[in-house]
Amino acid sequence: MDRRSVLKAAGVMTAAATALVALPRLAWAAYSEKAFKAKGSADALSNLYGANATTPSDQVKLKAPDIAENGAVVPVEVETDLQADSIAILIEKNPSPLAISADLPAGTKAMVKTRCRMGETTNVTAVVKSGGKLYTATKEVKVTIGGCGG
Amino acid sequence: MSTIRIKAKERNGVVDVKTLMKHPMETGLRKDKDGKKIPEHWIQDVSAESGGKTVFTASFNTSISKDPYLSFAFAGKKGDTLVLSWKDSAGATDTAEVKIG
Repeated sequence: MDRRSVLKAAGVMTAAATALVALPRLAWAAYSEKAFKAKGSADALSNLYGANATTPSDQVKLKAPDIAENGAVVPVEVETDLQADSIAILIEKNPSPLAISADLPAGTKAMVKTRCRMGETTNVTAVVKSGGKLYTATKEVKVTIGGCGG
Repeated sequence: MSTIRIKAKERNGVVDVKTLMKHPMETGLRKDKDGKKIPEHWIQDVSAESGGKTVFTASFNTSISKDPYLSFAFAGKKGDTLVLSWKDSAGATDTAEVKIG
């Protein structure tokens, strides 16, 4: 092995080591075990946001199908024009309703799309936290085949 | 191979991100052939970073579908790198990065 290839190999290894060291600095959301295990929507919100008083708002836009043939994969989309710090999705009739909570730093659009499981026909509620208040939009999704795998 | 697939496209200063993570997302309610409960095992946290700052974090419950799909958008620019990671209930993690197109 000549000097050049040794130096090159050393360079690659240093880059790899740097990449490994760089990983742990990623910021994780604080996982709220209590909120996600809560059996009711109000309880989930209290544990997640420290409050469960909500106001329905037509500025919260919730997109979900009217009928979901397969409850295992139901697309849900939440978007709002409000200045939002956080968005959560509640699936009321699921064993634990809170499906997702997303934190939105400044500069991040107030939008989140995902796919959820629904055990049975249920109300789905989008919660937007804006200026310390919780705004919601609710929609019923009819589920033909449940998706919780009982 | 990474469990994460990411698409990140910039338009008018907004980066639209679509991602798929390969994960069983076991609810803990499902039973195997012998009627034994399959223990819950799910992605708990997802975090995305670009241009040296966190642009999105989310926590999942077991009610997010198997092989989770997630889409979000943030103010960013073409050519920057987007790094996305997940961490599951067993403590496993994975990370992938993509150049914003």
